Amino acid sequence: MRFRLPQRFNLVSTILWGLRIVVAVLVLAGSWATLSSGKLTPDAWRELIVFGIAQGSVYGLIALGYTLVYGVLFMINFAHGDVFMTGAMTAFFVARNFGESGFINANPIVALLIIFAVSMLTSMLVAIVLERIAYRPLRRAPRLVPLITAIGASLFISNSIRGIYGEQSQSYPSVTALQGRLDLFGIPILKTQALVIASAIVLMIALVYFVERTRTGRAMRAVSEDKDVAALMGINVDRIIVTTFAVGGLLAGAAGVLYALVFNEVDWFMGFLPGIKAFTAAVLGGIGNIAGAMVGGLTLGVLESVGPFLLLGGANVPSPNQLRDVIAFTVLVLVLIFRPNGILGRSEPGR
Amino acid sequence: MQRLFRLSALLAALLLILAACSSNTGGSSPSGSAASSGDPTAVCAADKFGCVKVASGDKIEIATALTITGSTSSLGLDSVTGVQVAIKDRGQVAGHDVDLKSTDAGCSNAQDGQTDAQSLVADPQIVAVIGTSCSRTAVPAMPVLAAQGYLMISPSNTAPSLTDPSSKDFGGPFYMRTAYNDKVQGAAVAKFACEVLKVKTAATIHDGSPYAQQLQQVFADQFKSQCGGTITAQEAIHVGDKDFHPVLTTIGAAKPEALFFPIFDPEAPLIVQQSRDIPGLANTKLISADGAKDDTFISSAGPLAQSLGMYFSGPDLNFGSTYTDKFLPEYKQIAGKDPTSVYHAHAYDAANIIFDAIEHVGLKDSSGTLYIPRTALKDYARGVKDYKGLTGTLTCDPNGDCGASFVSIAQLKPDASGKLAFQQVYTTRSAS
Repeated sequence: MRFRLPQRFNLVSTILWGLRIVVAVLVLAGSWATLSSGKLTPDAWRELIVFGIAQGSVYGLIALGYTLVYGVLFMINFAHGDVFMTGAMTAFFVARNFGESGFINANPIVALLIIFAVSMLTSMLVAIVLERIAYRPLRRAPRLVPLITAIGASLFISNSIRGIYGEQSQSYPSVTALQGRLDLFGIPILKTQALVIASAIVLMIALVYFVERTRTGRAMRAVSEDKDVAALMGINVDRIIVTTFAVGGLLAGAAGVLYALVFNEVDWFMGFLPGIKAFTAAVLGGIGNIAGAMVGGLTLGVLESVGPFLLLGGANVPSPNQLRDVIAFTVLVLVLIFRPNGILGRSEPGR
Repeated sequence: MQRLFRLSALLAALLLILAACSSNTGGSSPSGSAASSGDPTAVCAADKFGCVKVASGDKIEIATALTITGSTSSLGLDSVTGVQVAIKDRGQVAGHDVDLKSTDAGCSNAQDGQTDAQSLVADPQIVAVIGTSCSRTAVPAMPVLAAQGYLMISPSNTAPSLTDPSSKDFGGPFYMRTAYNDKVQGAAVAKFACEVLKVKTAATIHDGSPYAQQLQQVFADQFKSQCGGTITAQEAIHVGDKDFHPVLTTIGAAKPEALFFPIFDPEAPLIVQQSRDIPGLANTKLISADGAKDDTFISSAGPLAQSLGMYFSGPDLNFGSTYTDKFLPEYKQIAGKDPTSVYHAHAYDAANIIFDAIEHVGLKDSSGTLYIPRTALKDYARGVKDYKGLTGTLTCDPNGDCGASFVSIAQLKPDASGKLAFQQVYTTRSAS
C-alpha cells in the first residue's frame, strides 16, 4: 500500500480516503484522551499488553491449523476449534489424575509433558480421522461442499464430546510450579503466561523449520502450489494432506492445554469462540501464510486486551471492555477493506 | 364405579376443608372451600382466557420453566426439587393429583426463555408455570405467557425491572415472584460493605443481564448514598468469555477495596481465579451474589474462594423449624442430596400459592370435571396477603413482588462433614 494520491478521484476512493481519515482521527483522539487521563499506570498498560500477547499466542497456534489446511486445500476447516477442544478435554482426565495423586506438583515438568503429549496426540488423531472421513471423499466436490461438511463435523465433534464427557465444565488442577510471577528482564510476568508465550515461540520455530527445511515440508509446499504437478513429481498427495492436518492438530492440542492452564476451566463448548477468533486471526494475518497466522493472532490478542480501554476509556464510555469484540472485529473489517489479503498476505493473481 | 368417584370426591373435599381449617389457624389460607359450586360454563365464558378443564381422575398439570441443563443448572434443578417437595407434601389438589412438567428455560440466552414459553402455551392443560430461574429469560417469556393467560411465579428472578411498571421489562399482571427484589439485596450488600467490611471504595462487574446489571446498579447507588463510598468502576463482561485479565486490570488500576460481581457460573469462578493475577486486586474483598451461590461455583473455585474469604449475598435460609425438620429431609429424599443452591424454599411457596389458588377458584360440574378459570387464578395468586409460607409471611404488592425473605451474606467454610458449604455471617433479619 503506497500512500500516494489516487490518479483520479472517483466516488469509492474518496469514501475510502474519508474512512481512513475518520478512523485515524478517532483512534488518535480516543488514545490521547485515555493516555492523558492517566487512569492506568504504565504498569497496568504493560500488564494489558502481556495478557494480550499470551492470549494472542493461543489464537496464533490455533490459527496455524486454519492456515496450513487453507494453504494446501484452499478450504476453511471450521471443525478446527473442536479439534482444539477435544485435546484439552481428553487431557483433562490425565491432568485430574496427576492432580489427585500429587504427581503434577511432585514432578511438574514430566507431568506437563505427558499432559501435552496426550492432548496433542488426541487432537492429531481427531484431525486425521476428520480429514479421512469428512474431507477426503469430497476433495473433488465444489468448494462450498467441504465448507458445509466442516460445520457439520464441528457440531458432530463438540456434541460427541458433550455426550461422552458430560456438559459440566471441568477444572484443571492448578500447578504450584506455575503460580506466581517470573522476573523476565525486569518485567514481572505470570508464569503461566510465560509458558504460553514460550511454547508458542518454540512450536512456531519448529513449524517453520519443518515446512522450510524438511523433505515433507518441501512436498507440502509443492502440493500447495499445484496438486497435480506435485503428484506427477512423485509426491503422495494424500499423505501430504494427512500430514498437514496432523500438524495442525498437534498445534491445536498444544494450544488446548495452554488455554486450560491459563483459564483452568474446560468444557465441550470451549472450542467455538477461540475457533472463530483464530479464524479471524488467520484472515487478519493473511490466510495461507504461516507467519501471518502468528502475527494475526498476536494482533487480535493485543487489540482485544488493550483496544477497548485505550480507545474508549478516556471518553468515559461505561464498561468499555464489553465492547472488546466490536473493536476487534471492526479492526478486522478495516484491515480487509484496505488490505484484502491480510497483513502479511500477498495478492494471488490468477486465483 | 361412579359412586366410588363421587364418594372419593366428597371425601377429598372434606379433607381439603379440614386442611384449610387447620392451616387457617396460621391465618394463611383464605377461607372458602375447594372446588366450590357455581356454573362452570358461565364462569369460563366470562373469563377472558377461559378455563383449564381437568376431567375427574385426570391430573392437574403445572410446569416449571427453569434452567436445568448447563453450568447454571445447579440453580434451576434446586428450584425444581422445591416444587416436587410441594407436590408431595400437598398430595391432592382439589381432588386431583398434580403432574409436573419440567422444562428448560435456560439462563444465559434470553431467547431460550421465549422458546420455552412458546412450548408451554402450546399445551393448554398447563395451569400455571413456576419460573424462570434468571431474570434475563423471564423478560421474553412473559409476553408469550401473558398473551395466553398463563400465570408465572418465579422463585428466583430478582431484577427490579420485572416488577417496575415503568420499565420495558415489566412482567405484567400474570407475573409474580416469591424471591425478593434486588432493591433489597443491593441495599443489603451496600450496607454490609460499608458497615461491616468498612470499605470506602468499590468496583462492580456485570454481564449485561437484567439481574446483574440492575443489582450492581442498586449496589452502586446505595454504596454512594448510604455511606458516601466511591465507585471506582462499573465494568461489564460477555457471557461465554474466558479471559477477564484485561477488564480486571483496568479495574485494579484504582485498587478498589471491594469488588461486587453478581454474575453466574462459569464466569464468576473464572473472575475469582483471574483476580489473583492482578496486583491491584490483591487486597480487594470479593463479593458475589445468589446467581453464583451454588455447587458449580464450589467445585470450580471453592477452595480458592474460601482462602480469600470471599462473600456471597443471597436469601437468608434460616426459615425456622419447619424448614430444617420437615422440608430439608424431604428435599434430600427426593433429590438424593443437599440443596445445590438457595431458591428451593421460594419454589415451594410458589407451588403452594398456585395450589391454593386452584382450590379457591376451581369449579366442579356434576360429572366431577374441574374447571380452573385462568384470570381468576391469577387474580387470586396476585392478591395473596399475609400468606404464611416457608420463606416468611408473603404479601403481594400491586406489581407482583411477594418475596418475604431476608438477605444474608455467606462465606464458604467446611461444614460438619468437612465439605465446603455456604455459611451465613451476616443477615438483615433482626434477631428476635
